[in-house]
Amino acid sequence: MSLAAPVIAVSGLKKSYGDHVVLAGIDLEIQAGETMIILGASGSGKSTLLRCLIGLERPDEGQVRVAGTDIFRAHPRELARLRESIGVAFQRGALFTSMTVGENIDLPLEELTDLPKSTRQLIVRIKLALVGLEGAADKYPSELSGGMQKRVAFARAMALDPSILFADEPSAGLDPVTSVGLDQLLIRLREVFGVTLIVVTHELESAFAIGERIALIDHGRILVIGTPEEVQASEDSVVRRFLDRQPDVSVEHGERYRRWMTGQ
Amino acid sequence: MFTQILNWSGARVLTLLADAGRLWQVAYSATKRAILVPLRGGRLRVSATTAQIVSAGNNSLSLVALISILLGMILALQSAYQLRELGVTNLVANLVAVAMTRELAPLITAILVAGRVGSAITAELGTMKISQEIDALTVMGIDPVTLVVVPRLIGLLVAVPALTIFSGLLGILGGCVVGVFVLGLGASGYLNDSLGALVQQDVWGGVLKALVFGFIIGIVSCQQGLDTEGGADEVGRSTTRAVVRSIVLIIAADLFVTAVLYLRGQT
Repeated sequence: MSLAAPVIAVSGLKKSYGDHVVLAGIDLEIQAGETMIILGASGSGKSTLLRCLIGLERPDEGQVRVAGTDIFRAHPRELARLRESIGVAFQRGALFTSMTVGENIDLPLEELTDLPKSTRQLIVRIKLALVGLEGAADKYPSELSGGMQKRVAFARAMALDPSILFADEPSAGLDPVTSVGLDQLLIRLREVFGVTLIVVTHELESAFAIGERIALIDHGRILVIGTPEEVQASEDSVVRRFLDRQPDVSVEHGERYRRWMTGQ
Repeated sequence: MFTQILNWSGARVLTLLADAGRLWQVAYSATKRAILVPLRGGRLRVSATTAQIVSAGNNSLSLVALISILLGMILALQSAYQLRELGVTNLVANLVAVAMTRELAPLITAILVAGRVGSAITAELGTMKISQEIDALTVMGIDPVTLVVVPRLIGLLVAVPALTIFSGLLGILGGCVVGVFVLGLGASGYLNDSLGALVQQDVWGGVLKALVFGFIIGIVSCQQGLDTEGGADEVGRSTTRAVVRSIVLIIAADLFVTAVLYLRGQT
């Protein structure tokens, strides 16, 4: 691990909704250029952590520093500048359905840069080629398959050449082949552009295929963090249960559920 | 039981206050951006704004026309019923013209636009919100209020007054139809009386109301859309809420503006 300041530093992050604790104190450091996987089951708090990291959700306690800037205390203008170096690919793409694929990728370029239209069009074509969708610029998102929409989402996230790329569940809801294709795309983006990649996922294969470090989250806490080998070697019972795909339903729960269902 | 009612109404009041706070926030930030962004040399988004004006105006044009003609006719018949007793049915023209211009054209136009355009705005923004399109804008560093709210607000601020003037004219025309075919008045005399009855303040008062109503529809619809959380059912609920709240606020604002204009006219 390098000694340089981490590009993302999270300390003491806590978040609750009413009585429900979602994040119970997260500390996490991500180095520039590394690929960090935030792995966890549904409801583990990983999505809320991501929303805090990209500034969409304000934590109750703790701070998030991105490139040295405390994102919840920064001046709006400083934050806007910071956002240009961050790309986010959302779970279901979040493409603007009223715009074509090309217009989607062009939007951040048009809004945030002074580039002339011809240059922007060239960038749109390059980004589309990067994700393997040459010639799709004039299609509408609804005309594309789920996997293609996610590829467009990555192209849009990469429009301004960010140095940090967040991906929320890149393989959720996709068939295994398409999902492996997306993993390969992520690896290529990292290799070609040297981006810091933060991937939130519940897919074990994908996590171990692309992760340089993995943080396994459960009930709002990081259970284990380390290289795939280190995580794989963990003896913690909850970690083992997750890695060995054993559901967290004890026999006692099953019995209670049966009684509740049958009313006996 | 009593404490339950108290709890329930307390919670309602708190949510309403929170919503009022959000409404104020959206109104403040949208107004600030609509005025400041062009002044600071920012992009005007002419084509996006024009598209909103056209869609808001065009979508409601035929509906406003039909309702205004019918309303003008009803108003003429109702006032003739009263004026006949006094033997001054020729005053129907004045009454319809003044009532349409000052009150009914702005009100009915705003209610129709709230139902047609406001609901569409809330449904569109609500869907954008739940499919994370609004989040995507935010993380890109693009302000959703500037990109999404301001063009729609300006669209309504142009379309509602324009539709209101149109509605007033058609209402007078509807009254004229009744005047000619039912009351046996002359068409040109009726129209002359109508225009003669109007003073400048009537027209300006109507347009002022239309501006206020357009602002209310724009802010309420956008706020409800942007604050949608959850799934498709919530989009439906936000849309209903946007229309109901717009109409309530429009009528409350109507009373306020009418009272101010009345008191000003007295002094």
